[in-house]
Amino acid sequence: MKFSQFLIRRLLYSILVLLGLSILIFIIARILPGDPARLALGPFASKEQVEHLRHNMGMDKSLPLQYWNYIRGLFHGDLGLSFQTRRNVALDITHYLPATVELITMAILWVFVIGVPLGVLSARYKDGWLDNTSRVIAFVGVSVPPFVVGLIGQLVFSYVLGILPTTGRLALLTPNPPTITGLLLLDSLIAGNFDTFGDALKHILLPSFAVAMTGIGQITRITRSSMIDVSSKDYIEAARAFGIPNRYVTFKYMLKPSFIAPMTILGLSFASQLGNAFLVETVFAWPGIAKYGIRAILRKDFNAIMGVVLIIGLAFVMVNFIVDVLAGYIDPRIRIQEETIEE
Amino acid sequence: MKNKQKVLSSVNSEFTTTQWMVLKDKIGRAWYRFRRNSISITGGSMVLLVILLAILAPYVTPYPQHAGAFTDFLNAFQTPSKSHWFGTDEIGRDLFTRVIFGYRISLMLAVIVLGISVPLGVILGLTAGYFGGRIETIIMRTTDVFLALPPLVMALAICAAFTPTIERAMLAIASIWWTWHCRLVHGITRSIKTEEFVQASWVIGDSHFRIIFKDILPNCMSAIIVKTTLDVGFVILIGAGLSFLGLGTQPPKSDLGTMISYGAQYLPTKWWTTVFPSFAILFLILGFNLLGDGLRDMLDVETEGI
Repeated sequence: MKFSQFLIRRLLYSILVLLGLSILIFIIARILPGDPARLALGPFASKEQVEHLRHNMGMDKSLPLQYWNYIRGLFHGDLGLSFQTRRNVALDITHYLPATVELITMAILWVFVIGVPLGVLSARYKDGWLDNTSRVIAFVGVSVPPFVVGLIGQLVFSYVLGILPTTGRLALLTPNPPTITGLLLLDSLIAGNFDTFGDALKHILLPSFAVAMTGIGQITRITRSSMIDVSSKDYIEAARAFGIPNRYVTFKYMLKPSFIAPMTILGLSFASQLGNAFLVETVFAWPGIAKYGIRAILRKDFNAIMGVVLIIGLAFVMVNFIVDVLAGYIDPRIRIQEETIEE
Repeated sequence: MKNKQKVLSSVNSEFTTTQWMVLKDKIGRAWYRFRRNSISITGGSMVLLVILLAILAPYVTPYPQHAGAFTDFLNAFQTPSKSHWFGTDEIGRDLFTRVIFGYRISLMLAVIVLGISVPLGVILGLTAGYFGGRIETIIMRTTDVFLALPPLVMALAICAAFTPTIERAMLAIASIWWTWHCRLVHGITRSIKTEEFVQASWVIGDSHFRIIFKDILPNCMSAIIVKTTLDVGFVILIGAGLSFLGLGTQPPKSDLGTMISYGAQYLPTKWWTTVFPSFAILFLILGFNLLGDGLRDMLDVETEGI
């Protein structure tokens, strides 16, 4: 299969998934709960008030028409009004999204900085003490609930040692950098404000680590097993036989081909991080989209719930698309495999 | 006539004896591999301990009445001691007792969720993989849509539509969990379908039903068993997350996630209300993950896709 063909096929597939997702979200938020207008106004609202809101939300129309209006609104960036903030949900999301993007980017950094080297080293010293230690770390990583990591981290680093702050993105007295991207770390660097940068970094260390814990475990194990797979290949034996230094073989000849597996798993790891963010943002009072989403769920703010779930689905589908395409680009065998599966 | 029957039955019994011996041999080997693997032994013992504690909860815990709504304000926030191993919570309930009863809820959650979703996913996966065509497209594309969101977010969204209770949380998780098994079984079915022994059954004229359940399903079993064991940990993790956010088990039931979220409010000083339930849940999930990993080595299931 040609690469362009592969690309188009993947793109169409992603759009199909997103369309399905929008139907699913519509069912969850508009049909399952019965009457969102009644839920939004509470049990004491009068019948007229509920009818009025139903009319305003367009809920007195037929379901297919409601769905059509919903989709049409999406293309205009209109996700409806949020009951709790009385603003357009799209506006709310752009307000809360950067904090989560920052958190997850930092978490992915943790995953690669800790997970990949740990995997490489445990493959290199297979069955040694380092391998066993990293195995324990990986198992604990996938077994521990992220909010537990957050809470224990707060207890140790904030309360006992007193070196990291407990909650929020910045200390109360630290001035906010001028908003350009919304990412505090980036904005403070652009403004050249290193005090703010340091403070923001201090605040993000614990929460991002709590988000990353699952991913670190996954990536460590996968890097290890694919390194071990590669190490038994003939060309590695040949390289060793030529007397190429071990360190060179490990990092140059083995790490590169074993990078495809961790990269495809990145999509999975991204999913777990998005999920984890919902728990961690609650622990650290992190003003991100997950915290906004949780509040919307607890208060039955259906437009906001739909918006948040949709944006997360969009992010997830996009990341998977990019990862698939990259994998297909690096390793043409994946493209061929896809062709045979479809037949 | 009589003679003939005798011969037939003896052939029959002989056949079952050999079958039995093969099975015994298989189990023996598997058990040998299991015993040799320190990871699976550790995980297995952890799981066994938790299950026993959970079943015997009313007999092994010092204050079984503390599991539900019970108040003893005089004994609130006792530090861990001989009479209260894990200390007491904000209304004086023994935390050790509540942790053990919390295991009951976690295990029940996993059993019910997987009891619904695994058979459902397996049947849909078998159907999609075996029949192919339009059925396959519909089932697998639906699966893809469900997999387009992180499991916790999807469970949250479904929970959002209802008033939160533990039963609804279970249903919410079950309604997304079948997709993983569907995908797994679908992949295996597709590759087994082309094997010669399946073709042979087809040529003999076996029904689709028989081929699916006698030829294909047994070959998916080890993968399903391993995946299910590993799932227990994940499902409990998600259940705990929902409870932590207030969308799962409602108080006064003892649930580990709810306990941690209540304990966290008193964090720096009353550390035991958070720390002990946290480690309890880690212990449980770690046990299942170690066991699952050991089983994977034992049953020789490929790592990919699980």
